[in-house]
Amino acid sequence: MKRFASQNDHSKKESEAVQPPRWAQRLLNWYCRPDLLEDLQGDLNEYFDRNVLAKGASQARLIYCLDVLKFFRLYTLRKPDFINLFVHWIMIGSYLKTSRRSLMRNKLFSFINIFGLAVSMSVGMLVIAFIVDLRSYDDFHTKKDRIYRVTTTYQNLDQPVMDFASTSVRAGKKIRQTAAGIDALTILRNGFSGDAHVGESTIPLDALWADESFFKVFTFPLLKGNPATALKNPYSLVLTEKTAEKLFGNADPLGKTIRFDTLNYLVTGVAKDVPKLSHLQFDALVSFSTAEAQQTKADPNFLSWENIWQNYVYIVLAEKATPDPLNATLTKLSTLENAANKNVKITIALQPLKEVALGRRLSNSIGPTMVPIVVWILSGLAFVIILSACFNYTNLSIARSLRRSREVGVRKIIGALRGHVLGQFLAESVIVALLAFVFSFVIFLFLRTQFLSLASYVEKLVSLEISYKLILYFLGLATAVGLIAGFLPALFFSRVNALQVIKDASTIKVFRHVSMRKALIVIQYTLSLIFIATTLIGYNQYRGFITFDLGFTTDNILNVRLQQNKGNLLKKELAEIPGILEISQSMMVTSLGSIHGTNAKYINPQDSAMVWLNQVDEHYLPVHNHKLIAGKNFTLRPKKGEETEVIVNEQVLKRFNIANKKPENALGKFLTVDGKKLAIVGVLKDFHYGSVEKKIEPVIFRYSADEPWGYLNVKVSSADLPATLASIDNAWRKIDKVHPLDAKFYDDQIEEAYAQFSVMLKVIGFIAFLAICIASLGLFGMVVFTTETRLKEISIRKVLGASEEGLIYLLSRGFLGLLTMAALIALPATYLFFDKVILVNFAYHQPIGLGELLLGVVVVMGLAFLLIGSQTLKAARKNPAHILKSD
Amino acid sequence: MKGTNLGEFEELVLLTIAALVNDAYSVAVCDELEKHTGRVAKLGVVHAVLNRLEEKGLVKSRMGESTNARGGKRKRYYEVTHAGKIALTHAKDVRESLWRIIPGFNLEGLI
Repeated sequence: MKRFASQNDHSKKESEAVQPPRWAQRLLNWYCRPDLLEDLQGDLNEYFDRNVLAKGASQARLIYCLDVLKFFRLYTLRKPDFINLFVHWIMIGSYLKTSRRSLMRNKLFSFINIFGLAVSMSVGMLVIAFIVDLRSYDDFHTKKDRIYRVTTTYQNLDQPVMDFASTSVRAGKKIRQTAAGIDALTILRNGFSGDAHVGESTIPLDALWADESFFKVFTFPLLKGNPATALKNPYSLVLTEKTAEKLFGNADPLGKTIRFDTLNYLVTGVAKDVPKLSHLQFDALVSFSTAEAQQTKADPNFLSWENIWQNYVYIVLAEKATPDPLNATLTKLSTLENAANKNVKITIALQPLKEVALGRRLSNSIGPTMVPIVVWILSGLAFVIILSACFNYTNLSIARSLRRSREVGVRKIIGALRGHVLGQFLAESVIVALLAFVFSFVIFLFLRTQFLSLASYVEKLVSLEISYKLILYFLGLATAVGLIAGFLPALFFSRVNALQVIKDASTIKVFRHVSMRKALIVIQYTLSLIFIATTLIGYNQYRGFITFDLGFTTDNILNVRLQQNKGNLLKKELAEIPGILEISQSMMVTSLGSIHGTNAKYINPQDSAMVWLNQVDEHYLPVHNHKLIAGKNFTLRPKKGEETEVIVNEQVLKRFNIANKKPENALGKFLTVDGKKLAIVGVLKDFHYGSVEKKIEPVIFRYSADEPWGYLNVKVSSADLPATLASIDNAWRKIDKVHPLDAKFYDDQIEEAYAQFSVMLKVIGFIAFLAICIASLGLFGMVVFTTETRLKEISIRKVLGASEEGLIYLLSRGFLGLLTMAALIALPATYLFFDKVILVNFAYHQPIGLGELLLGVVVVMGLAFLLIGSQTLKAARKNPAHILKSD
Repeated sequence: MKGTNLGEFEELVLLTIAALVNDAYSVAVCDELEKHTGRVAKLGVVHAVLNRLEEKGLVKSRMGESTNARGGKRKRYYEVTHAGKIALTHAKDVRESLWRIIPGFNLEGLI
């Protein structure tokens, strides 16, 4: 911004001297009552001059600003001018009329404005709907503001700290006994899963164990049954409406029994279906006393302080109580309990219910979570897109101001004040934004279905239902967008000098804001280029992840989840299918990001380390083409838990320094795993057990041919896949009549494992597309405008002998310079961002290619060339005689 | 603070205006107060008091001539009205009557 000397009777010499900050002067001007203004300004000036002499210019400026802010008091405030507001009210009709006329007069510009705003606002609406949904999670609980969850921080001796959403049963019981200020407390346990048998029908069911205070804490209304006692006795069960209907049809389920395996459960209640926006999701609730009865026998650690993996404790604070005293009690309790065990440090704390769905990510979380940073990024992207569309509006409005300023001049002469003109143009931009809102709502409806189908977890997370509240927010957004877009043009028009405009419109300085308009274009293009380069680099990295050489082959391997069936039985069935080449068994599927650790020791009993584990049979290595660099595959076929052999990777040798890391010499050495001595029979070449974000770590394979929770790895021939798959499905149905077949190709699973990246890419790619569209539209508008205004100049040049090429160069030179500038900012920024911030988090990644960076620029530039070229060519080709004749 | 009752600082400001006669404008009042009381008189406070005194009708103001100083802004000169004079005298009377009834109060050592 340039500094202008104030227009009052300053002598030239004084205006060059130190001036108080302009914005502060303006602020004073704006808020101060006119009758107090002049002498107050004078007083402040006098003090300012004194301070300049006494304390220096910068100090004096600061004091001036502070003083202006301090004088913002009731008695100095300008009283709101109701007549002005009234005038606005009267003039609304006129504003509407002129807005409509100006929209109709310039159909192209109106289209660019409305289209850009509509598209960008629809993205904004999507983000708003997303945030509203996340924030209204668990809103249906009547005590929602008082419900807290007990979370756990777990630190095993010199290992990193881990945060868990779960906690121990013992913690729950202790809190119930000792802590004050609690209205209710309930303990939940997850992982109840089994097949419910009712008469002949069998349905797989997932449920939570919950104790009898469950309904005191949460608001899940019971349609039938007594909430106080429903979950009291062992082997009682509360069904949701939907499950009840599935199991019993229309019959009354109350008092009926359901069989799981060999045990009978009594139905004691029917709850209303769980709302979508609840972090607790269940088909049924089983009384916690059931778990207690079963587990205390089976698992001696069930009630121990360290058993924090599966249980959840929720607390309702007493009314008007604050969580702080309770938190202190919990810390005290933790210290007390930790005294018994020196190796682990467990600390429990409270987490408000509101932060369960939208809060930090915790291990063993129950229900979906979304970290706030994702929400911030999404909002940021939407904001950038909306801003870009606003820039278009601002740019085009100011560029075309020549025409409108005459209208403003007339209005001012008839008696409009600055405020009125400001109001008029803000009203106009809000009208345009509201028009755009209608279109953007339609686009939003379309985007919503696309967004929900982006990934299964998005669909699970939110519903994006439209409500009155949401519509209100949308209208708020549209109004805000209108105000932002219209602010600068309105300010510009309100400053127009009426007399000057009426006398000679060409004297008004339309081009005074040229540098600002250029800056806006550069910003738009920089953002577009950053987005597109990000998309391309990201895509390349993503391709790199899913085609990464993991150290073994995954082609044509179908992983079949056994779902507690006997692997060998299924194997026998499958072996008869001609399209199947080889079958192996494994506890888990590696390289998908899930890991299974165990502790291992070599000679030194003090030196134990976490190694990653897979339990496999003898076919596993050949099926996956794992390369042995020394030794051989498993030869013995022991029963489960009796094995004596282990196969390790090179990292294990390195970690324990076995036989000086020489694979051949390591054979026959013993590792102690889970207290068992296992002989190393083979050394594997390093491969990626975890995801490629992580470095390769020590991995061991143990032998097991009986993993009912594991997988069959079926190598199929690529010929006639559909027939093979169909026969696999048939074979499965012979073994398991309840659960549908769950078989996935390894390559697809890897793609799924990196699905978060693909989702991110799709989102950013879409944003990039929008950003480019909006920026291109804006550029197009500017090109059309400049060529139109310079038509006469072009004609004269042509008459004087300029060539078409020369004219095109002349017209497009400025824009090309701007685009180059944008590219020069965007490319290094993107490169550095990826190189220094993003990719350092990935242990193995592709290098950033120059091609990916430049491809985006080429595409965007090509598009811009096309836009600029077509318009300038059209202008350059016009017959100068026609244009010059008419004047 | 309603009515014609004067607060302590109001009284001081009013007295200063009276003392400055024809040169009583806000900055000068501040300076004069500082000189006599030794306390820092903030413009913000003095300005508010001047405004309140005028509202109460104890002073009246007029704008001066514009000069090159103060960024060309005119000064607002204050002058004590008849009501102001009455209020000042009243305040003084109250004090004197109170002084008079303090028994055996020896000020000699202080002066």
